Amino acid sequence: MERKEGLVDRVWGLFASVRLAVVLFLLIALTSIIGTVIEQGAEPEKNLMLLKRLFGDSLAPSAFRLFESLGFMDMYRSWWFVSLLALFAANLIICSIDRLPRIWRLAVEPVRPISPQAADRVAIRREARLKGPPDAVRDRVEKALGSAGFKPLHSPDGEDGYQLYSQKGGYTRLGVYITHLSIIVIMLGAVIGMFFGFRGYMSIQEGYASDVAYGRDDSTHRLGFAIRCDDFDVEFYDLSDMPKAFRSRLTVIRGGREVLKKVVEVNSPLRYGGYTFYQSNYGMVPDAEGYFILKVRGPSGDAVTINRMLGESFVIPGTEIVGTIRDFSPALAMDDSGRTYTYSGMMNNPAVYVEFSERGRERYSGWILRRYPSTWRLPDGNLVELVDYWGVQYTGLQVRKDPGVWLVYLGSGIMTLGLCMAFFTSHRRIWVIVRREGRHSAVTVLATANKNRQAFERRIERLVSGLSGGSDG
Amino acid sequence: MDSSVLFGAATIGYMLSMVAYIAYLVFRKNSIGVAATGITVASFAAQTVAFAMRWVEGYEMGLRSFWRPPVSNLYESLVFFVWCLILGYLIIEFRYRNRSFGAFITPLAGLALAFIEMTGMSKEIQPLLPALQSNWLLAHVTLSFIAYSTFALSFGTALMYLIEKTERRTEPAYVFWTVSLGALVVLLLAMGADFTKFHVLATTPEEMKSYLFRATFKSGSTAVSMASWAGAAVIVGLIWRYGYLLKRVVASFNVSAGLLDEITYKAIAVGFPVFTLGGLIFGAVWADQAWGVYWSWDPKETWSLITWLVYAFYLHARFMRGWRGRKVAVVAVVGFVTVVFTYLGVNLLLSGLHSYGSIG
Repeated sequence: MERKEGLVDRVWGLFASVRLAVVLFLLIALTSIIGTVIEQGAEPEKNLMLLKRLFGDSLAPSAFRLFESLGFMDMYRSWWFVSLLALFAANLIICSIDRLPRIWRLAVEPVRPISPQAADRVAIRREARLKGPPDAVRDRVEKALGSAGFKPLHSPDGEDGYQLYSQKGGYTRLGVYITHLSIIVIMLGAVIGMFFGFRGYMSIQEGYASDVAYGRDDSTHRLGFAIRCDDFDVEFYDLSDMPKAFRSRLTVIRGGREVLKKVVEVNSPLRYGGYTFYQSNYGMVPDAEGYFILKVRGPSGDAVTINRMLGESFVIPGTEIVGTIRDFSPALAMDDSGRTYTYSGMMNNPAVYVEFSERGRERYSGWILRRYPSTWRLPDGNLVELVDYWGVQYTGLQVRKDPGVWLVYLGSGIMTLGLCMAFFTSHRRIWVIVRREGRHSAVTVLATANKNRQAFERRIERLVSGLSGGSDG
Repeated sequence: MDSSVLFGAATIGYMLSMVAYIAYLVFRKNSIGVAATGITVASFAAQTVAFAMRWVEGYEMGLRSFWRPPVSNLYESLVFFVWCLILGYLIIEFRYRNRSFGAFITPLAGLALAFIEMTGMSKEIQPLLPALQSNWLLAHVTLSFIAYSTFALSFGTALMYLIEKTERRTEPAYVFWTVSLGALVVLLLAMGADFTKFHVLATTPEEMKSYLFRATFKSGSTAVSMASWAGAAVIVGLIWRYGYLLKRVVASFNVSAGLLDEITYKAIAVGFPVFTLGGLIFGAVWADQAWGVYWSWDPKETWSLITWLVYAFYLHARFMRGWRGRKVAVVAVVGFVTVVFTYLGVNLLLSGLHSYGSIG
């Protein structure tokens, strides 16, 4: 039959085809490679260097211009790549709409008794002979079907027998479409995030609060509430310089009131007001003066926590010993000759140099290191622990607002469900035809599965041998 | 005894089993086949124990929490990949009662283990940086390598399928499989040469951290390097010229092309959803939790998307007229090549957020 197709039909047919899908897979995969070789959004010099290595000094500038005009330096946002993704989405939607009605019918259609002609075309076929007339074996056949997980329906009894039939997992035919749908949901979430989201950065010094984040182009973005950094701390593996955890104690302040407190770590962000704050980096604020927090214990055994600035003094409780903080190092180390030096600008190994005197007479002095408890004990048995040098570090937070991210998560969940249905489940149908053959019953088991037929065939094999195993027929 | 001794024993065992499976294919002696299986099972058992020991060691050293299995750096992940691959292989061997697959799959384990030795990557149990202390990451890595190992299995069976299904030397599919197999053989031989030169005959010079291909392609002497490329070309040429012999060998083991196609599909049908969930989704969730970016088009992410697209291509091409059979088998082989590139090529040649996976 020949039918003249209109343009709309032809375009529809193209977008509904698997052929377009695989062409798009290939195009997206191949073009994506470009962006993994050329560094995206990098300074021009970097990629110019790369192009010089690839094409030589003389060709590199023109190659650079060509690549730039094609958008290769930021290709995943270029018009042609986005168009490819849009085509991919259109292909997904149209091919799903095109096929869904037929698949839906297959999925929800009730199973009916099988006709002799159709029976000849069924892939799985097993036969058995059971002792006794059809009526007598009915229970056994039903039980066997039940143990295979099928709830059988009965055809009306004919002159010489009947049919039992059942199906399972018709809805699993929809797995492919659920997977397709999930991709659309994820893409939708990504688009929403792109248009209505915000990505930025803020750094807050210990003890300070800020209500402004900075975008990629240094634009300011008002949050509508403030974040205060109460403390920042790095924990290390034992005495190494390998960080184990970065921690910021943050407080959300809205309208002058503290509304939320949370300890933010890598992999454990703060969420508030549609924004998410991620621990990103940290550092020392140049020329900042903070407070040394010391825990001091005198002869009585009671410890007091005090805070002092550089150059200030404190008294060990219950004594007349006065300590004066003379020096500080964020990362104290000692060389071979016993001289101390600072090996890093970060607070890797904070230490204070304290001079102690009693009634104006110098007693002793030395370094007290936060990470070495042996240095806390003074020669006279009193204890001075360096708890923190507070107020000199800042915490760097990634700030994100993405109203589409929940769709991405939802899509991921749907995709998981869809893939499990598409790959690990199948639509299985079974018919058992029981006919009278003298004083016996001839049993024919017919079955189909749209996926993993071998496994179902083995199942049927067991079912049939279970049936005939119970008889001597 | 610590885990490294057992790992070492398992490594040697796998190398022996690779040789035994290849010998079994060549000589077709049942006793060799039984020995190959025996060595593989014993090595697998040794590796399993070693894995458990390393897990406990990391915990006892206070470097990792008890709930963190040792799959967190390049070395551990490669070893885990080998473990999954061998497990998958043994399942196939016992299920289909056929040992001929071994010669095509154990070399992949051998290549991975040789790569570990030759690049001199760190085998220490390292503490985890804060960004890596995530259950999403753990699930991401574990599932990714389970998927990678199923893709490796499908690579082996797809290659066998092509060997069986091609007739003429001028056929593109024939050229494709001879070149692919040739490249595999060349890689193995080159690594063998490295091992002989820098491990058996002399020790590795202190300053040379990685001696991968230093005996051949990356040799200091231009003559050696040129000769290696020429030798590689000769090997590929020979495989192309005499490939039909291999076809006879494979055919003599009663593995039908239909069965090979089925195993290839099944491996990918398991690998694809696991990879989608573990490789892409869990990876994105982890990135989202750690940095607030679920997808940033960094080279590693992009290459895993490319891998995903290649396998999506495979799954859809099976429904296209004229694509079933040889063409999709080619896609399955290409798919595993992209897996290897995603896993190692990106770390070696390109950079990205996954820098913790670097050799060091």
